[in-house]
Amino acid sequence: MSAAAAPPEGQVGRIWARFRRHRLALAGGIVVALLLASALFAPVFAPQDPTLLDTALRFRTPFADWAHPLGTDELGRDTLSRLLHGGRVSLTVGLVAMITTVATGAFIGITAGFLGGWVDTLLMRFVDTMLCFPQVFLLLVVAAFVPPTLLSISLVIGLTSWMEVSRIVRAEILHLKEQDFVAAARALGASRARIMFRELLPNAAAPILVAATLKVASAVLMESYISYLGYGVQPPLASWGNMLTNAQGYFDTVPWLAILPGAAITLTVMGFNFLGDGLRDALDPRLRMDP
Amino acid sequence: MAEPLLKVSGLEVHFPIRSPFLQRRIGTVRAVDGIDLDVARGETLAIVGESGCGKTTTGKAILRLIDSTAGSIHFGGEDIARHGAAALAPFRRRMQIVFQDPYASLNPRMTVGGILAAPFDIHRIGVAQDRAERVAALLRTVGLPPEAARRYPHEFSGGQRQRIGIARALALEPELIIGDEPVSALDVSIQAQIINLMKRLQADRGLAYIMISHNLAVVSHVADRVAVMYLGRVVETAPREELFFRAQHPYTQALLSAVPGRGRSRQVLQGDVPSPARPPTGCHFHPRCPIAQTRCAEEAPASRILAPGHAVACHMVSP
Amino acid sequence: MIGFIAWRLLQAIPLLIGVSLIGFGLMHLAPGGPLAVYTLNPTIQAQDIERIKIIFGLDQPIHVQYVKWASGLASGHWGYTFFGGRPVLDVILERLPATLLLMGSALSVAIVLGLSIGVLGAVRRYSVFDVLATTGALFALSFPTFWFGLMAIFVFAIELRWLPSGGMWELGEEGNILSLLRHLVLPTMVLALVITATWSRYSRSAFLEVMQQDFMRTARAKGEPPAARLMRHALPNAAKPLIALLGVELPFLFSGALVTETIFGWPGMGRLFVDALNMKEYPVLMGLMMFTAVFVVIGNLLADIAIAAIDPRVRLR
Repeated sequence: MSAAAAPPEGQVGRIWARFRRHRLALAGGIVVALLLASALFAPVFAPQDPTLLDTALRFRTPFADWAHPLGTDELGRDTLSRLLHGGRVSLTVGLVAMITTVATGAFIGITAGFLGGWVDTLLMRFVDTMLCFPQVFLLLVVAAFVPPTLLSISLVIGLTSWMEVSRIVRAEILHLKEQDFVAAARALGASRARIMFRELLPNAAAPILVAATLKVASAVLMESYISYLGYGVQPPLASWGNMLTNAQGYFDTVPWLAILPGAAITLTVMGFNFLGDGLRDALDPRLRMDP
Repeated sequence: MAEPLLKVSGLEVHFPIRSPFLQRRIGTVRAVDGIDLDVARGETLAIVGESGCGKTTTGKAILRLIDSTAGSIHFGGEDIARHGAAALAPFRRRMQIVFQDPYASLNPRMTVGGILAAPFDIHRIGVAQDRAERVAALLRTVGLPPEAARRYPHEFSGGQRQRIGIARALALEPELIIGDEPVSALDVSIQAQIINLMKRLQADRGLAYIMISHNLAVVSHVADRVAVMYLGRVVETAPREELFFRAQHPYTQALLSAVPGRGRSRQVLQGDVPSPARPPTGCHFHPRCPIAQTRCAEEAPASRILAPGHAVACHMVSP
Repeated sequence: MIGFIAWRLLQAIPLLIGVSLIGFGLMHLAPGGPLAVYTLNPTIQAQDIERIKIIFGLDQPIHVQYVKWASGLASGHWGYTFFGGRPVLDVILERLPATLLLMGSALSVAIVLGLSIGVLGAVRRYSVFDVLATTGALFALSFPTFWFGLMAIFVFAIELRWLPSGGMWELGEEGNILSLLRHLVLPTMVLALVITATWSRYSRSAFLEVMQQDFMRTARAKGEPPAARLMRHALPNAAKPLIALLGVELPFLFSGALVTETIFGWPGMGRLFVDALNMKEYPVLMGLMMFTAVFVVIGNLLADIAIAAIDPRVRLR
């Protein structure tokens, strides 16, 4: 917003700031890539079956035993295996929820922005209304109403968090639709659908990509929270959220059981947030939050 | 005279001004306020006027990019002013537009090939292989290599982009192309190239042009006839020579006197162009007119024919 | 100004109607609908359920039901809890002070801290402090509130034993302000973290924006000292986006309060919400949804009016 008009004394600082910003984004990207790879190859990396019980080996401390590098939990399950498989679940939910969010938000935003008039008014009032409900409240109520499967959890998270995306996309479309290339398409007789999805949508790709990255972060956070409260991913399937729920009971004696999944959530959220922030700087100067 | 290709009668484009709170209509912008025009096959009509006079709006209304509030637009004998999208589809092939800004008129996320194939795609003409050949032929027509199809608009200069815009307009083999200031955003050295390209295409294909421009020098190169607009109305229409040497309307005379090197004494108009939301009564030009009389403030002048093809809307001009 | 307030009030009406429609829709979406507690109870016979339906007016067309329900909401009849049959509004209002206390203290801490960090960052742009603060804010925004809460309990309550791990008072110390404050520290810290980060980011960019305006340069040219420039010229102009932020952030504040309350067993509305969720107390859930949404609508309304009071231009829009 204001970076373009930065005073000259900030020249060196600006370069350093940009460097720093991109380094964080780079770090975020690396973290995200590693997480995705570990989720993808969880069965390969995991030392054993994450659901395998061994009550003789409960509460092993991390780094004490090569068979269980990160120890075992209250039922003797291997923590590293559970973390890897839980990450698979959490990231799947995060990505599916993000796709739902982005698809819904982009569709509503582009429809409202392009058609304008009463359609716009109606849709944007709907967005305003949805935003009046605290997201966690809405999320928990709906999550409590539907039987928890991975798909339903993802959809519920996606369908309660698309509102910002629709606002971003609408603003972008309002700006784009006045451009002459849209008038050219209309003069050629292009249908509304063609103009919306072939001409306008690709031009809104940058802000959508940024929003999508940031939405994975918030979806992972939401999944872990509703799973923690017992309305998300159900045991014995591991997710970082429900690993925390179990761990809470042994908090004062074996804290690492809570520290590890929480650290995994934090790392994931940070990775996606930093990546999204960096992408915003790189792709779309108009959206910059400085920094 | 044969039936004109395009005949516009009493065209009005009024935009409502709405109150911020309750969206009540509190006024009207009379962007185009009742104009008549016609264009014959193969001829070039120039529409000139200062910015804000409604010339671009007129062009977009003829193309049905903007809805007109009154009047008729006869194209090839059929009134298309109220046609819906389906009825309009065949006319979309027959009329095209070239825009002023070659940077905004090409979709930055599409390759040139994609941009030029879009007309065929929309009108379901040909199959993929055939379209690639058509795109290559279009590019050659406007003097660009066929390899340009694989590149994106930002890789081209302004003049090259304008060639791409012209190629797109040609794709459907239209009978009329509206050029909305097609060269005013280009370097002067490039302007002549584009004008020559458009003239050559006209000669080869029998195209009719409406050239919208504020630049009388450009107009003097391309126009067969010229229509002068002021604040939503046409004040004078004449064949090119007639207009440049025997302009009758005081506004046209003032415009001509501002063209450098024409040997006339420069006539400077007083005041600014009034807002089309509150146009003056009577003749829209009267507050700035050097020869206005009381009648001019009361009564809008009708257009009268002075010589073949030369019409003027002014009380003070005697036939 | 009165015209503007009246207009803004009018604008809130469709929003409230929308909120009530979504609330009503959700209630009917619930498994078993509004009568879940009866239909899920095996001792109640089918014909009894039919009778209950008629008593509650659930046999009537859906729009009649909505109008009855919505006018009930408007006049303070929010229904009764399934367990105990207490008026829902009473149950909610009982928990309101605890939530307001938590939200208020967290917001105060966050505003004071966030604003100071943001302004200092804007004044000393790209200094080491600024870089650390903006990076730190980015980290803080990525911290899952509930895990941060658990970690805070682990460190300060379990390991160091400085502060209590949850609740609002020690047993038998109800009403003791010192006990209350000791219990308030950790939840406030946890809830304030993310808000502080948001505030420092927003106030930094708001001040940067203002400081590049012409009137700031003029004030500098007139030789006003930096502190006076900041207080007299920058603050009033930067206040506008920050007040707007206050309104926009309200739903996030409620979400955060819910999370914080469940971690610390703080007896507020968030805790009530999770308890109601576990007990399938749909009337209480719906009541809380509606209550917070209306709270948010009013909060945004007040923010807009405050902005209009500061900036006369807004009123004319």
